[in-house]
Amino acid sequence: MEILIIIVAGIMIGASVYLMLSKSLIRIIIGTGILSHGILLMLLTMGGLKRGGIPVLDDSVQQYSDPLPQAMLLTVIVITFALTAYMLVIAIRVYRELGTDNVEELKGVPREDD
Amino acid sequence: MSNLIILPIIFPFIIGAVLIFFSKSSRAQRIISGISALLMVGISAYLAVLAFQQDTVILESGDWVAPYGIILVLDNLAALMVLITSILAASCLFFAFGTISKKREKYYFYPFYFFLIVGVNGAFLTGDIFNLFVFFEVMLLASYVLIVNGGSKYQLRESFKYVILNIFGSALFIMAIAWIYSVTGTVNMAHLSERVAEINQPGIVTVIAVMFFIVFGAKGALFPLYFWLPKSYYGPPAALAALFGGLLTKVGIYAIIRMFTLVFYHEPLFTHKGIIVTAAGFTMLLGVLGAVSQFDFKRILSYHIISQVGYMVMGLGIFTPLAVAGAIYYIVHHMFVKTALFLLAGATEKITGTTDIKAMGGLIKSQPVLTWSFFIAAISLAGIPPLSGFFSKFPIILAGFQEGQWVISAVALLVGLLTLISMMKIFGYVFWGENKLTERQNNMSVTNLLIPIAPLVAFSIILGFAAEPIFTYSLHIAEQILEPSNYVNAVLKE
Repeated sequence: MEILIIIVAGIMIGASVYLMLSKSLIRIIIGTGILSHGILLMLLTMGGLKRGGIPVLDDSVQQYSDPLPQAMLLTVIVITFALTAYMLVIAIRVYRELGTDNVEELKGVPREDD
Repeated sequence: MSNLIILPIIFPFIIGAVLIFFSKSSRAQRIISGISALLMVGISAYLAVLAFQQDTVILESGDWVAPYGIILVLDNLAALMVLITSILAASCLFFAFGTISKKREKYYFYPFYFFLIVGVNGAFLTGDIFNLFVFFEVMLLASYVLIVNGGSKYQLRESFKYVILNIFGSALFIMAIAWIYSVTGTVNMAHLSERVAEINQPGIVTVIAVMFFIVFGAKGALFPLYFWLPKSYYGPPAALAALFGGLLTKVGIYAIIRMFTLVFYHEPLFTHKGIIVTAAGFTMLLGVLGAVSQFDFKRILSYHIISQVGYMVMGLGIFTPLAVAGAIYYIVHHMFVKTALFLLAGATEKITGTTDIKAMGGLIKSQPVLTWSFFIAAISLAGIPPLSGFFSKFPIILAGFQEGQWVISAVALLVGLLTLISMMKIFGYVFWGENKLTERQNNMSVTNLLIPIAPLVAFSIILGFAAEPIFTYSLHIAEQILEPSNYVNAVLKE
């Protein structure tokens, strides 16, 4: 099971790197979204995917799955959510102020504006 | 053991939260933030003394014992970094009062300033790598907002790149944490140190070590991951550029020093003397070459950050007590001097209205204090004997020769020379030469801006003339961090 998930995570990270190397701002942001999904999947898998009950205390359950990666996962999810929201806003501002979403055009003489 | 060591994290956090309510009144914001920045210096000075007396102070949050709960660890290195952070933060804040525009001030400049300090102090104090990641993100999110604060076209363009690169770096950090968790089953640094030492699987652990080096190298602007730094640090106003130049890369360097002395010391021949030293050499050389080629005040200084980060990492890479002590001394020296130089660049920009050094000239006549402060800071950066730069480079290069690392030591010497050349280039263009200023610029007074810089320049002189006690202190720190059992025993209480 772990091997399958690791392959899936690898494909996702590969796809995200491809997207992040493209020219459109929005594709780069989609790339970071997929990247964080791949990384989170890895984090979960690295804790082990053995069979066990959900980590909620219950007398009838003998063995629980590892709760620590799940806690870390939740933290990372909210952080990446905040980052994605911030980046989308920055992308909108870049589009409005500079009039382009092509990263090739995001270069030039410094300080021509203010 | 002592609840006091959470103060450097919780205090700026509360102040930052309070400041949000006063966003409309710049006067109230200035009073609150000014007083609390000075209080921070007092608190962190007290903590540095506490750490010096007790060696390692730990705080188990929520009374959960070490490997199970999150702990904060205050050893001498962390206490020193927190102390310097608060001094720099206070300096840059008072400089910001005189330079920052009302528009920036209104849009939550001060709250985010304090949240940045929360992240930096947290990263220095934590004893848990996942917690380190969280504090990195606190610091980076605050820096994303500050770096784009003001919203000029240049800032928008460059900060987008800064944000993307750091998001990718953070993703790799999570990956590295996932790997090391799968190998060792813990994220507490002391516990990691113990388990990595007894697990005896050098192959996979070395891979993870290199992964961590890439992550922290991207934050700390090491070769080949430094390309984002000069442009991003050019955008924000001088007070912020100074704070970023002084602090942010050093958090990455601190994390490298912490991880590679505490956890990954099993194969120093490959990781330290191989990868770290090579990266340090290229970082120093390419950074200083970039600086020599530029003709812009702030950009020259930004490239110098890169080359000087190389010295610190070189000290770690040589991995003897003398070299590590030199690296710690270098961090202290560099943080003061680099911040002072950026602030002086900001004061010069305030007078002349430009950062292009070819457009300036002859400031020595109208601004003697500014000129000589810059002169002291510049030759200190290049490492001229009575000042701090000399006594911090000397032990690193000496240790390099003692260990037979000829190439890297020669590079370090050459880089010192090139640093001097580029600093004198600034001095020649900006302060000497014919006076290109207008009448109004000649009569401009910047005394209120020079006051916050004065302590930093003074520290550079003090660090040079009081080299012996300070070097003894950094040698003490180096011996403490090169013996990981101190840290492990203090945290795990065996």
